Amino acid sequence: MSVFEISPTEWTAILLSLRVAVIATLVATPFGIALAWLLARRDFWGKSLLDAAVHLPLVLPPVVTGYLLLLTFGKRGLVGGWLADHLGIVFAFRWTGAALACGVMSFPLLVRPIRLSIEAVDRRLEQAAETLGAAPWRVFATVTLPLALPGVLAGMVLGFAKAIGEFGATITFVSNIPGETQTISSAIYSLIQTPDGDTAAARLVIISIVLAVGALVAAEVFARRATARLHGQ
Amino acid sequence: MLRVDITKQLGEFSLAASFTSEGRVTGLFGASGAGKTSLINMIAGLVRPDRGTIVIDGETVDDTAAGIHVPTWRRRIGYVFQDARLFPHLDIRQNLDYGRRMNGLTEDPAQHKRVVDLLDIGALLDRRPGKLSGGERQRVALGRALLSKPRLLLLDEPLGALDESRKLEILPYLVRLRDEAGVPMVYVSHDAAELRQLATQIVMLRRGQVTAFGGVKVLTGGA
Repeated sequence: MSVFEISPTEWTAILLSLRVAVIATLVATPFGIALAWLLARRDFWGKSLLDAAVHLPLVLPPVVTGYLLLLTFGKRGLVGGWLADHLGIVFAFRWTGAALACGVMSFPLLVRPIRLSIEAVDRRLEQAAETLGAAPWRVFATVTLPLALPGVLAGMVLGFAKAIGEFGATITFVSNIPGETQTISSAIYSLIQTPDGDTAAARLVIISIVLAVGALVAAEVFARRATARLHGQ
Repeated sequence: MLRVDITKQLGEFSLAASFTSEGRVTGLFGASGAGKTSLINMIAGLVRPDRGTIVIDGETVDDTAAGIHVPTWRRRIGYVFQDARLFPHLDIRQNLDYGRRMNGLTEDPAQHKRVVDLLDIGALLDRRPGKLSGGERQRVALGRALLSKPRLLLLDEPLGALDESRKLEILPYLVRLRDEAGVPMVYVSHDAAELRQLATQIVMLRRGQVTAFGGVKVLTGGA
């Protein structure tokens, strides 16, 4: 077997990571847009608290976030128990739980660019839309969101990159089960603790770096397009 | 017909205006800081009066005593800002069509052609706002407002951001608009010459108060 050949176990981890990160990003994005809009455009009681709560996963030790998720969404957790009993949705030790952990951990990175790009949308354009007969939600759909779209894409890319590399919260919440919850990061963790696992770990490390750098480049490209778009080119 | 009777406190500045205009073009005249933009924004519904009523075309859009405040998007007005405020992500054709879509009006190719011809913007339809000159942008903004079929057209210093030669380029279009479009207008300006050419009635504002109201001749009275 060649040094560059990726083993089936590694493939499983890579594909699982991709699935977990894609699902986490797609599900989190609508919430992220709604929250970013609230923070950018509305004033309400408790706004700074909400803002702090969104950023919490960024500053808390990931193991703490993972443990809190286990307490809340675990089989005996307050929300997790209800979801399992009533909707049959189980997060504990499933890949869906990994997606939840990744979604929560990447949420601050997803929200921030969206919020900034919504803030950058000229409110005078939204006013103009209103004078032309657009109801508030249509102003959002036809002016604010299209103009903020590059920021939304940048947020999704950054969130995806974070989700694909998430480790601490995921392993705490759903453990490290090959084929179910073993993502690239937990696979690397296992491999470097195994004798002779170094080569395989190195392959996964390189793949992680490629994915992360690719996401950053994509985010940069979107940011440039945002500028061009806001200048009407 | 437009009836305004409002008061509004804006920080240190207090605005009180009361007038009824039947004119085709009501000119709001005054120095900068006289309260013209605040007043036109109140007619548009973008600013809410502290007290009073505003009636557009027989419909009460503001009545603080009765708790009425019709939101801007339901007032069926057109508003041309000093800075054209075209949507940068849409081309000129889509900009012009925006008001019709938002108001759920059926397509009216005849009206579309009339407005496009009136403003000479046929050659610009496939361009983006970023590629237009200031004068062209303002003409498109006029067309966009007109095509939403407003019952009142508000213009806030529409020539204010243009240099002299551009102003002379746009003025004839505004005269044609007044004479051919059949939509009553409120025209804000600090330029007496501009209003003499366009307005049929003048509301003169000074430090938030109406100091004169009448025909264009009040402009020569002592501004």
